[in-house]
Amino acid sequence: MEPITKTAAVSIQAAGRRSRFSPADLIIHIVLILLTLMTILPFYNVILMSFSSTVAVSKQLVYLVPTVFDLSAYSYIFHEPRFLKALMVTVFVTGVGTAVNMLVTVTGAYVLSKSGFPGKKIVMGGIIFTMFFNGGLIPFYLTMKNFHLVNNLLVMVLPVAVNTFYMIICIAFFRTLPAGLEESAKIDGANDLQVLYKIVVPISMPMIATITLFYAVDRWNEWWLGVLFMQNVNLLPLQALLRELLTNYQQVLASITTSVRVQDSDLQPEMLKMAVLVVSTLPIACLYPFLQKYFAKGVMIGSIKG
Amino acid sequence: MGKTLGKDLYKHRYLYLLLLPTVLFYVMFQYVPMYGVLLAFKELHIREGILRSPWVGMDNFKELVAQSDFWRAFWNTLYISCGRLVFEFPIAIVLALMINEVAREKLKKFYQTVYTFPHFISWVIISGIMFNFLGTTGVLNQILDSLGYHKMTFLTDPSLFRAIVFISSIWKEVGWSAIIYLAAIAGINPELYEAAHVDGAGRWQKLLSVTWPSIRGTAAILLILAVGNAMNGGFDQIFNLYNPGVYSTGDIIDTYTYRSAFADGLSFGVSTAVGLFKAVLNFSLLYSANYIVKKLGGEGLV
Repeated sequence: MEPITKTAAVSIQAAGRRSRFSPADLIIHIVLILLTLMTILPFYNVILMSFSSTVAVSKQLVYLVPTVFDLSAYSYIFHEPRFLKALMVTVFVTGVGTAVNMLVTVTGAYVLSKSGFPGKKIVMGGIIFTMFFNGGLIPFYLTMKNFHLVNNLLVMVLPVAVNTFYMIICIAFFRTLPAGLEESAKIDGANDLQVLYKIVVPISMPMIATITLFYAVDRWNEWWLGVLFMQNVNLLPLQALLRELLTNYQQVLASITTSVRVQDSDLQPEMLKMAVLVVSTLPIACLYPFLQKYFAKGVMIGSIKG
Repeated sequence: MGKTLGKDLYKHRYLYLLLLPTVLFYVMFQYVPMYGVLLAFKELHIREGILRSPWVGMDNFKELVAQSDFWRAFWNTLYISCGRLVFEFPIAIVLALMINEVAREKLKKFYQTVYTFPHFISWVIISGIMFNFLGTTGVLNQILDSLGYHKMTFLTDPSLFRAIVFISSIWKEVGWSAIIYLAAIAGINPELYEAAHVDGAGRWQKLLSVTWPSIRGTAAILLILAVGNAMNGGFDQIFNLYNPGVYSTGDIIDTYTYRSAFADGLSFGVSTAVGLFKAVLNFSLLYSANYIVKKLGGEGLV
């Protein structure tokens, strides 16, 4: 058999594909395009509803075609103190939470990516075990109460300071770094802290960016810890407020101090809900293109080595 | 001996310093709550705390198994988890294989980007989008109405709830699951395809004899993990979608635990017993799945 070079074979294959667009290709493309529409349209519809005028929404004319452009729902929520408070809580939790996440995860993962120091195996085993066993809801709740974290913003930061799955992705990545780099730094008299800060972190930026974004999305999306631990409504994160708004619209409206304004204008509840929905999604939609570049690799490492 | 250990500790002092926050986190927020499972065998007296509250043996478990709502939640959880395995698993693999067949790299990227987006959106937001679509005045009902059909109560109909759970979670997560397989496919040695090509294999045969065997291992690991989570059933999703009208088919162990402890006033001891029951079951499922996959010749998780 004639040996075929790698590039030649690839080009044969590529040429074969390009020249013949088979029925199979057609079916695949149709399915994938339909799936694309199914993914995009619900978001598109929500955005449209949040922008469309009261009349259009109430006459139920809004499916896919924009009618009258109206920003009153947005102007309402950005003048509403309860919404602004929730937004601030979420921004705080995302900012502080992500910083804590990265600090703990990167330092921990760096140490655990090294071999041969006493206690490493025990720590590693202890971490993996928590992926498969935990105390459950009630013990968790009572513990947080003992730590005085009820009605405390830190309850949305500390109990979720590390995500074990992301930690493992980090460890797996650090293991792939060449050992020579660190050794030469050590010979030059650097200690472990300096090696991490000056050498390992800078060359790991793509991975660090990915994990940062994963964490930021998680903190931004936090609602459950808010529902569970915030009896003070001023401390509810945005997603918890949105949840209340969706399931319990009338009550939330009644509790809102400036509800007079809602009755004045004839804002439709749907517009308002959709506007809050859009605002809660927007930052993720903006971050997403940056995140998207890296995550396939990250997931791969995590899923295989996990 | 003691001296060398001390020396070792000193030598790695910076590493221990760096590891300290991680260890503190796992001890305080993962292991401290674990001692709380003792509560499953106690009756909580708030003043006394968990440790000094009196033991009640298996009483909490006895009370639990006498609850019909608990069994309803138990079977619902099993049904929903099995449904997820049956529907979501193959669909993710098929989607990955289809995306992989797209020849143009840019288009491939585009599809991946679109399909994975919903994964990053919270279930709160997704449920809001779904209310907008499926509610009594939602888009779908308006379309039904304008076509002259009766309006339907999609979200409060117990016979539709599980279907809605499956479809919405496929919609949200299938792209993300496919990414994992695509990453595995990207790691396949191109020479395998060349060899298959030289042997005269068509597209379909390449799929069966090269691509599939190469991602089988990934699928097995994901399957083990999914089985190990079978008693979880997707709290985030169900909690945001369900309502009293669909408890009969949609109430799962996690939502039952939450309600029983924080709304219906079941004792914390009994609720903890549910949690422990669930955790033990998950753990044994994980080990059984791992054992079976290994017996069948696959690569296990542990």
